[in-house]
Amino acid sequence: MLADQPTPERIDVEPVNSPKQRQPLYAARKKIFPRAVSGTFRRFKWLMMLITLTIYYVTPWIRWDRGPYATDQAVLVDLENRRFFFFFIEIWPQEFYYVAGMLVMAGIGLFLVTSTVGRAWCGYACPQTVWVDLFLAVERFIDGDRNAQMKLDAAPWSADKAVKRVSKHAIWLVIGVLTGGAWIFYFADAPTLLVEVLTLQAPPVAYFTIALLTATTYTFGGLLREQVCTYMCPWPRIQGAMLDEFSLTVTYSDWRGEPRNRHQKKAIAENKPVGDCIDCNACVAVCPMGIDIREGQQLECITCALCIDACDDVMTRIGKDRGLISYTTLNDYNANMALATGSTGDLGTIEPNRIRDAAGKLIDKVKHTNWRSIVRPRTIVYFLGWSAIGLALLTVLALRSPLQLNVLHDRNPVYVTLKDGTVRNGYEVKILNMTPTPRVIAVTLDGLPGGSMSMVDSRGTTSQAISVELEPDKVLPLRLYVHADPAQLEAAKTRFQITVTSVDGLTAVADVNFEAPETAR
Amino acid sequence: MSDKEIDDVTGTATTGHEWDGIKELNTPLPRWWLWTFYGCIAFAIGYSVVYPAWPLITSATPGVIGYSSRAELDKDLAAATAAQGDRIAQIAATPVADILNDAELARFATAGGKSLFKVYCSQCHGTGATGSAGYPNLNDDEWIWGGTIDQIHTTLTHGVRSEADPDTRFNMMPNFGADELLTAEEIDSVAKEVASYSGIEGGVTSPEGIQLFADNCAACHGEKGEGLPELGGPSLTDQIWLYQGTLDGIKAQLNQTRHGVMPAWGARLGDSAVKQLAVYVHGLGGGQ
Repeated sequence: MLADQPTPERIDVEPVNSPKQRQPLYAARKKIFPRAVSGTFRRFKWLMMLITLTIYYVTPWIRWDRGPYATDQAVLVDLENRRFFFFFIEIWPQEFYYVAGMLVMAGIGLFLVTSTVGRAWCGYACPQTVWVDLFLAVERFIDGDRNAQMKLDAAPWSADKAVKRVSKHAIWLVIGVLTGGAWIFYFADAPTLLVEVLTLQAPPVAYFTIALLTATTYTFGGLLREQVCTYMCPWPRIQGAMLDEFSLTVTYSDWRGEPRNRHQKKAIAENKPVGDCIDCNACVAVCPMGIDIREGQQLECITCALCIDACDDVMTRIGKDRGLISYTTLNDYNANMALATGSTGDLGTIEPNRIRDAAGKLIDKVKHTNWRSIVRPRTIVYFLGWSAIGLALLTVLALRSPLQLNVLHDRNPVYVTLKDGTVRNGYEVKILNMTPTPRVIAVTLDGLPGGSMSMVDSRGTTSQAISVELEPDKVLPLRLYVHADPAQLEAAKTRFQITVTSVDGLTAVADVNFEAPETAR
Repeated sequence: MSDKEIDDVTGTATTGHEWDGIKELNTPLPRWWLWTFYGCIAFAIGYSVVYPAWPLITSATPGVIGYSSRAELDKDLAAATAAQGDRIAQIAATPVADILNDAELARFATAGGKSLFKVYCSQCHGTGATGSAGYPNLNDDEWIWGGTIDQIHTTLTHGVRSEADPDTRFNMMPNFGADELLTAEEIDSVAKEVASYSGIEGGVTSPEGIQLFADNCAACHGEKGEGLPELGGPSLTDQIWLYQGTLDGIKAQLNQTRHGVMPAWGARLGDSAVKQLAVYVHGLGGGQ
């Protein structure tokens, strides 16, 4: 079977964290030159890069009509006026709990994704991964693939090397500038700011932000790369608590691959037991983290699945089943391991014949990973928690009124007795008009017998209703004086309502106290 | 000492001092500590050169950069004054009634008046301007000397019964009882008459009371006791009493009068500050 297949060449590569050369923390970084690879997951990663970068770069340029009184930028963090615009949603600072809720959802979402499909966030969607992927693509475009890169790295300085190095870092820096440049558009009107930035009219903080993000993008994406994931990011340390035996993780099936042998034909001829792994090191060579997945699940692995692509490619070339490295649960792995070693412990020797029939094909008893394993109590709980918060946020959002009212009763003086024996209470009223539309509202009193009110600028006269105009998207502070005759009140303290009603039908009510002297009644 | 003696037990060098066979071990300070100490000394010397440090007979060495915390404070105060400079000048130049028509200026004056009130007025009138017995409540609509912005401004500028200001608000209610201007019976009937105006318990109107009021009180308090702000005669018909709103309280005031005084603030604080105070007090809810 193997005789007519060309044996792939063994790549000379050593995993950065192999036990042989395990070093203490703060060891010097070992250079990694990941080899280019193609396949399903590589295509998926290109697609994810396209989607995430598109979202990042295009979002600030989407327009959303909010009428003449507010920005037409769909997504805008307006720090100056302390507003956050997100399409049809407008968040005021006191509604920050939406953001808190979104962060909790992001957290639980990360738990959900990790417990089902491992560190999919790290492998496909994390900005660090996406930008490093982009930087690697640039590096390959300039320097060529792994071997050329290594040769260039080892070569003495020459004009050619200098040109390549300068152009690579220049492109990286340009990407950094564009990254920082895109970020600032989330905080100001994008078209205006672009013109200002290009004509050097933008505020210094814009240039500072661009410079800072250029520096971090260049450093993290170009220079530090996998070091960020391994040493700076907390998530790899938490993953041990998030993964369980039902999580789909990128796994090397050593029950099938071992004993690995790079001279398969010779070994078969000598009647030695031989697994599917031909020890070609393709999985190590393509790994952007520089690790050997055959060592098992490890902290450094971001589950980008490029080793799956590399191994599948090799398996196809030598005419074996794909999936020697694959997304598998620990449960299935253990079952197959038990099958291959003939014991339930981990210490048995893998005997390839136990799981293969006479033709060399895998027997039916071998477990293949079922995607249904992602549905289990743990993931259901995460999903329910995630949905509950999401639904709660949506409900609050749907039910919230864009007209809100805050009333603060004066503390000093609590009440004032007037000449005619009536009592006056003062209130600081704040009426929030939370949409970019001007409104006319009426302020009325309910539940205060004989109550009437006045504003400080309408001296001497009191009325039952006051009409005021609200500016779009603004808070109207109002000084309100409420008058009542204590003889008509039942107690020194009377609970009553101040109601604001807008012409377009919105209402907000505040429950407040009216205080009168004990002796006056 | 070339030949260091090493202690056998600890392996540490000795200082060479010996008392009755007891030797002193030499355990020097850690290097880092020593260098930090030297660093501190160097810093202290540098500091005493750069900043004021060494006491002299009447002052201290000024230091080469000439720092002074007083000068810093003066600079901060000057900056704060400069920041409000325009508006203070604007307030000084604007008639007080016109300040109310300029929303921005009125807001500034109210804020300034509020802090001035806390410093100069709250001792008598209270932090909430609610007053107490003998000290008028400034939130209500009763004004002894008038509640328009101009009247409040005048009262503040010249004070009430102030000895320092010839233009001060001045009046004096006679001691009808103590000076024997009225008999005890007459005081009783006029007190009941006054009490009847505002429905105070025990108040009864009577022909003698009406006559006594017209003869002795109406000149300052108005024909019906409605008050004459021009003369500072308080209204006797409403529910607000400066001292005590009872029959006994009215009798007490008729027998032995009490009068409040207020400093003339114009000379002490300047017109701009007084205008700010007037705007603030006028805006407390009772201004007319």
